[in-house]
Amino acid sequence: MSMPSIKSRKIDIVHEIPISKSLKFWEGLKEGKIYATKCKACGKIFFPPNTDCPECLNTDLEWIELSNEAEIETFTHVVIRPTTFQQNKPYTVAIGKLKEDVKVLAWLTGFKLSEIKVGMKVKLVAKTSMEGNPTYEFVSLQQ
Amino acid sequence: MRKVAIIGAGCSKFGARNDVTISELAFEAVKPSLEDAGLAAADMEFVALGSVGAGAWYEELLPAVVISEYCGMTKAGLVRCEAACASGSAAFFTAYSAIASGQAEIAMALGAEKMREIDSATAMEWIGRAGYYFWEFHNFGVTFPAYYALYASAHMAKYGTTEEDLALVAVKNHKYASMNPIAHLRNRVTVEDVLSSMVIAYPLKLFDCCPLTDGASSLILASEEKVKELKIDTPIWVAGIGYSSGTANMSKRSDFVGLEASVLASQRAYKAAGVTANQVEDAEVHDCFTIAEIMAYEDIGLCKKGEGVKLLREGQTEIGGKIPVNVDGGLKAKGHPIGTTGCAMIYELTKQLREEAVEKTRQVPFKNYIALAHNVGGTGHYCYVTILKR
Repeated sequence: MSMPSIKSRKIDIVHEIPISKSLKFWEGLKEGKIYATKCKACGKIFFPPNTDCPECLNTDLEWIELSNEAEIETFTHVVIRPTTFQQNKPYTVAIGKLKEDVKVLAWLTGFKLSEIKVGMKVKLVAKTSMEGNPTYEFVSLQQ
Repeated sequence: MRKVAIIGAGCSKFGARNDVTISELAFEAVKPSLEDAGLAAADMEFVALGSVGAGAWYEELLPAVVISEYCGMTKAGLVRCEAACASGSAAFFTAYSAIASGQAEIAMALGAEKMREIDSATAMEWIGRAGYYFWEFHNFGVTFPAYYALYASAHMAKYGTTEEDLALVAVKNHKYASMNPIAHLRNRVTVEDVLSSMVIAYPLKLFDCCPLTDGASSLILASEEKVKELKIDTPIWVAGIGYSSGTANMSKRSDFVGLEASVLASQRAYKAAGVTANQVEDAEVHDCFTIAEIMAYEDIGLCKKGEGVKLLREGQTEIGGKIPVNVDGGLKAKGHPIGTTGCAMIYELTKQLREEAVEKTRQVPFKNYIALAHNVGGTGHYCYVTILKR
């Protein structure tokens, strides 16, 4: 029951997203390290890593390597995937809290859905995505 | 600040509206709202449009000018407001402010959205990107059902909420949508239907999710002086508006069992209106997913934190209960044309407060004539709460 219509002109859109200021983070992932930023003035830690401090407006932040043990606060298993994730199998997304009191949203791999519980401990590791991009994931503590 | 009233309200049929363009759809709401107020398009001094998908899920990048020309409002002050799924309420607040401040005597708040000119996987892509693209979508593909599923998992773990409880929201809202001729999904569903529907993002299933809906809604607002001059018989007064916002990154929220923006916006709205939650007699809350309605009960103070499911299980949010909620079918079944929703909620409450609910079976009984619209944008990114009084 498609209605009469005219197709719009087709365009491909790809944004080139600057990473000059967060380069240490993306380079760190390739070396297996996950960095956050810490404000040298007020001590606040940021993940994802802000390169400016909104608390005290300081622009001098340092890179600190995060500990890797996280406690899962919540999770979901994404079955119906958006256009650009059609090539992926269904994936699990979780939010975990680290001892530095920052939370991380990332994929959780290596578990059956029925094994995943709020409150469970997992490990945060640097990874390379299926497309070859640097990323990070939660995995079993044993891994 | 000056008093402001709603003097005209209109709403299009919601649904898959591939028969009309964004302008033609908006006209279906603008025309009845102008006729309701007894005014002409040229009388609008200021027009605020809520619409999110400009250039993304529909083709026009500047829908405010396109719609304004089509509906005869060229020369009015004009702006498009973006507050994600709360854009309609943001447009309402903008039109309200134009009058309350003394800048205008008559203004229009309009919501118009077309979500079905693209395929549904791409619609899911666009909406998922509207969380925090760089940190949460680019590598992790978090969709909107997935964001609310994160809330559902946390709420279930903390308060013992079950998938059956979530289903009760869908059952209730589909029931009322079946009585509402403008609703998108007018079929009734059972708990079993919801539980056996396809998993979208665990624990949310297809029937836990609102549909992708096209729709428009229009409200005409006027100053107290204009209300008198035009001899409006049943003006609906804006008693108070509250607003707040949350972090862009979902991971930066303090917990995942409620929306802090909803708590703050509702507290501000109650204070501005000089009313308490228990005086509200009809509420429209933001039920984009079933879990969202349960969190809304708790966040806006209809019950204590963790007791939302009790309210639901007891039928207290049905007509005849303590506080009827979403008796137009809600976003869940009436439909959720993203930028329109805030205006559509206020349209419904205006009709209810005037005791003009289209079908008498879903007319809410009033004593104090106080109603509330709770409209969330994104994953708790924005929140507007609007309190109306007859």
